[in-house]
Amino acid sequence: MSKPVTLPRWIDILLIPLLNLLTAFVVSGLVIAALGENPFFALSVMIKGAFYYPGSLGYTLYYTTNFMFTGLAVALAFHARLFNIGGEGQAYIGGLGVAVFCLSLDHYLYSWIVVILAIFGASIFGATWALIPGYLQAKRGSHIVITTIMFNFIAASLMVYLLVNVIIEPGQMSPETRDFKNGVGLLQIHKALNFFGIPSTATPLNLSFLIAILASIFVWLLIWHTKLGYDIRTLGNSETAAEYAGINVPRTIMIVMCISGALAGLVAVNEILGVHNRLLLGFTAGYGFTGIAVALMGRNHPIGIFLASLLFGTLYQGGAELDFEFSTITREMVLMIQGLIILFSGALAYMYNPIVEKILINLIGKVKD
Amino acid sequence: MSTNQIDKGREKSLPLNSQSKILELKNITKRFGPVLANDNVSLDVIEGTIHGIVGENGAGKSTLMSILFGFYQSDNGIIKVFNKEVIINSSQKAISLGIGMVHQHFMLVPTFSVLENVILGNENGSILSKNLSSARDKLIKLSNSFGLEVNPDALIQNLPVGMQQRVEILKSLSRGAKILVLDEPTGVLTPQETEALFGILKSLKEQGVTVILITHKLKEIMAVTDFVSVMRNGKMVSNLVTQNTSTGEIAELMVGRKVLFSIDKKASQPGDTLLQVSNLNLTKDDGHQVLKNINFHLKAGEILGVAGVAGNGQSELLDSLSGILPIKEGSIKIMDQEIFSQNEMDPKEIRKLGVSHVPEDRQSRGIVLPFQNRENSILGFHYLDKWNKGIFLDNSKISSYLQNISEQFDVRPNNPFLKSANLSGGNQQKLVLAREIDSKPKILLVGQPTRGVDIGAIEFIHKHLIEMRDNGVAVLLVSVELDEIMSLSDRIIVMNNGEIVGEVLSKEANEKDIGLLMAGVKS
Amino acid sequence: MEYFFLLLSTLDSTLRVATPLILCAMAGIFSERSGIIDIGLEGKMLASAFAAGSMAFVSGSAWIGLLAGISISMLASLIHAFACVTHRGDQVISGLAINILASGLTVVLGIAFFRQGGQTPHLSNSGRFMSIDFPFSESISKFPFLGPIYSDLIGGHNLLVYLAFLSVPVTYYIIYKTRFGLRLRAVGEKPMAVDTAGISVTWLRYRAVLCAGLLCGVAGAYLAIAHGASFGREMSAGKGYIALAAMIFGKWQPRNTLLACLLFGFLEAISDRLQGVPLPFIGEIPVQLMQGLPYILTVVLLAGFIGRAIAPAAIGQPYIKER
Repeated sequence: MSKPVTLPRWIDILLIPLLNLLTAFVVSGLVIAALGENPFFALSVMIKGAFYYPGSLGYTLYYTTNFMFTGLAVALAFHARLFNIGGEGQAYIGGLGVAVFCLSLDHYLYSWIVVILAIFGASIFGATWALIPGYLQAKRGSHIVITTIMFNFIAASLMVYLLVNVIIEPGQMSPETRDFKNGVGLLQIHKALNFFGIPSTATPLNLSFLIAILASIFVWLLIWHTKLGYDIRTLGNSETAAEYAGINVPRTIMIVMCISGALAGLVAVNEILGVHNRLLLGFTAGYGFTGIAVALMGRNHPIGIFLASLLFGTLYQGGAELDFEFSTITREMVLMIQGLIILFSGALAYMYNPIVEKILINLIGKVKD
Repeated sequence: MSTNQIDKGREKSLPLNSQSKILELKNITKRFGPVLANDNVSLDVIEGTIHGIVGENGAGKSTLMSILFGFYQSDNGIIKVFNKEVIINSSQKAISLGIGMVHQHFMLVPTFSVLENVILGNENGSILSKNLSSARDKLIKLSNSFGLEVNPDALIQNLPVGMQQRVEILKSLSRGAKILVLDEPTGVLTPQETEALFGILKSLKEQGVTVILITHKLKEIMAVTDFVSVMRNGKMVSNLVTQNTSTGEIAELMVGRKVLFSIDKKASQPGDTLLQVSNLNLTKDDGHQVLKNINFHLKAGEILGVAGVAGNGQSELLDSLSGILPIKEGSIKIMDQEIFSQNEMDPKEIRKLGVSHVPEDRQSRGIVLPFQNRENSILGFHYLDKWNKGIFLDNSKISSYLQNISEQFDVRPNNPFLKSANLSGGNQQKLVLAREIDSKPKILLVGQPTRGVDIGAIEFIHKHLIEMRDNGVAVLLVSVELDEIMSLSDRIIVMNNGEIVGEVLSKEANEKDIGLLMAGVKS
Repeated sequence: MEYFFLLLSTLDSTLRVATPLILCAMAGIFSERSGIIDIGLEGKMLASAFAAGSMAFVSGSAWIGLLAGISISMLASLIHAFACVTHRGDQVISGLAINILASGLTVVLGIAFFRQGGQTPHLSNSGRFMSIDFPFSESISKFPFLGPIYSDLIGGHNLLVYLAFLSVPVTYYIIYKTRFGLRLRAVGEKPMAVDTAGISVTWLRYRAVLCAGLLCGVAGAYLAIAHGASFGREMSAGKGYIALAAMIFGKWQPRNTLLACLLFGFLEAISDRLQGVPLPFIGEIPVQLMQGLPYILTVVLLAGFIGRAIAPAAIGQPYIKER
């Protein structure tokens, strides 16, 4: 259904998305019930697992960080009406960027300089990986959805090759690099809290969370408070208006993809720099795809993205607890819920609109009478 | 004076003779929101004739035919086919009643062959190969009997437009059409193809097919039709017998004796030539030449009106002048800057030269509908230093700017944060005008400034255009509304089929003559 | 002689690797030629594999497994059509949703039903499609060169492999030689032409997407109960995406797509054999390069460097009766 302009804003922004989310949860609940478990109990287990136990919040926020990065990446591109499905690959290559700077410089420079360069490296490498499909779309008309999907797989092959053959720590069995030396890594939040005398369980939550918040502010400013953002939004709404306004369409497409890729690349900052302190296989773990769901649910706005990221972070961390608590339910349940959310909040996003409209018209009719 | 009285402004039914009426439309009314597209329209079509329906853009012809073909349902009125009252609620129904339509934009699949397009929907069985050869034979027989030679295996995308149109006609005929409606069929044809089409229509008539020809081109009406009905502003104004009337008479009925907006304007004081267009030619990707040898100049302090029915190259002219379409052949000179194919300038650069542009399609070009009013107030100018504080847009300055110009140009409601989609058409247009005029241009390009705009706003907009001209701005006004052109312009050029077919000073201009030029009749 | 057997076994492998690709790519052709983007080939195949593996175990019959796989895949197609055609939702997002949903649901249900960590139980021979030996294979195989080709390369595969290769001419026939195919192609190029000819765009697209579901169902069944002997988590392993690439590489035409599938299958087959084996002049080709090659080739094609891949004109755009 093409989106009607008639619904009041609060219904559009709040009610319908909540309805969609609720539907996803209800269907999930039905599946859980069909498996013989109590869905409400499962829900409480998830929430406890995400927030209540010591360290839960830290884990939840650590996942949230990744989703914020990929969500912002997808959302930014979406403002230019570009579908960047390549977040997975861009994040992966971002990891390469981190590794390149850390492994070559960690012996020679102060650790904080290396960290800054590594963050820069993650962005640049991620941006480059997104630029190629962006260029192909802008200058050669190659559909960005297909090319970014392909580039995810190419990135995976490339990274496996590098990790197995080139940058692997000699003598090691698993395809990983050596640890970054000299304390190169991002400050872990629990350590900071402990330093200030606040007892805190160890979690992977690190400074990247703050970087993610900064990135959100950056994206918000970019899109709604700069010339470039104006260009992007005009292009995304109407290519003809963009032409009329003298906006350079191919150039704008490429710039958007670069920034989008850079944001996705920052996942590597969280994972590689903040948690693992070495490059390893598969650290992107589906964050790129979840970013699409996050952007959709967050209606491409940083505040919505933060909330959606929090939701998915809760799902991921809570999902781990589900695995722990139930013998019949594992982490894959989270995937299922995620798929349902994408289905109802994305593909079927306007399914409830006609029904809500009818109810509204009836209500207004009754009030008038 | 012929024996048939020609009644201006009032409906008159055709004299009935012994021939039967194949189609009757009675009191058809259709409203789209505030617009009354068809106002109590009645039409009788006699079997075996070629019946023309003429009118300007927006007269209601296409809506009427869409109702006939089942795309829309009328609000009131009845349709009778072969004296039987029918309800047409789908194309399928129309086809089954023997009504066939040749659309203005062909409904053909470009990658299919002629044969495949003709049988689509009428394949006669689920396995193609069995029926393909019999379908091919049928097609060849059909095309021969009507004189519509086609190569059944040619791909549509490789055929010239005239050929494609034949396929559209054959499609309808192959499904047993007894009434064939052609909607503006010659807009995309060359003169030769148009001649060929006339021959086809005559041949169809001989074979007993009834033809309804919708057009604004009077030459065609005189050349092929037996009867002609004139529509204006949604009403059926007159029904005539072609051989008893003339292009002049039809033109007057089409355009109408309207009371012109008597705008008080001083005589123009033209200054320097600010815009010079030389030998501008433009051919589209599909081979269609849309601009042919355009030459004209525009001086400061004058309004040059470009008259013509939509689709005769005016849009492409505006796009070329504003930088949206690149100049491939010929040149334009803006003040001292000459622009030709080697030194293309994009819209941003052309704006910098002092050219502002009120586009024809405000909803797809002039504003971004989902944007707020304040954001649309700087569209095209947003990169300027005055709207930016460092790297950020100066949002508060932009908001107050919007309030400012909204007040000056009476944009209601005056709300910087309101989404422009919620403004009425007239207010949207005033916003665009405000933005373009406030940029203090030297040249102002204006396309269809009052399309879809209410009366009050129309007067306001006209007043501002005159004011611009009095302040020494060179104004190029493109409009399909002839009365608008005539009341505002100092000079008028008429475009038809991509060429300038006439130029006249407005004080010497005569509606009828211009109407004829617009309709492609050379004086 | 050694090289001959090496080549033979590689080609043999190629056919078996290409089978799911061919089926999914043909599925993609049905869907995309009608104008509906189908990213969800992967998810449909995975869901089908699970259903097939489960039902084949429970019933002891491979045919029931096949039927189950096809049913589930067609159900997923129905959801896709419901979202994309009826509700005009975004086709890419719908496909992605199906993929992620399949990834999750297959394991969740697998663990719930079978408690084997997401796998379905190992199937006995009755629950699988076993290899079919051509008549007299035993004796003919003794002939030099032609013998083994007959008995091992052409013969000796399971039924679904032959079905996959059969699906190509069948798809070709349906798309180009039937009324349904004509209308399907028309609706993917210019839905308005179909609508004004009095044919339902919606029903046509639903049928196209369901055909896609059927073929993906066979592909999934192949993975779990023909090629393999059970379902394992994520067993589709990206094959759905390679099939997508093959379809684009084959420019949405059945014959070229078959060649693309064989090419990509061949690449995978030799990449295993070439692992650790240095070639003359070039040295050792990294296995990951071979794995990435199908995707790289597709990008090169899309960039317009080896001809143009022109998608059906109306693809991805929901049909709205605008006047």
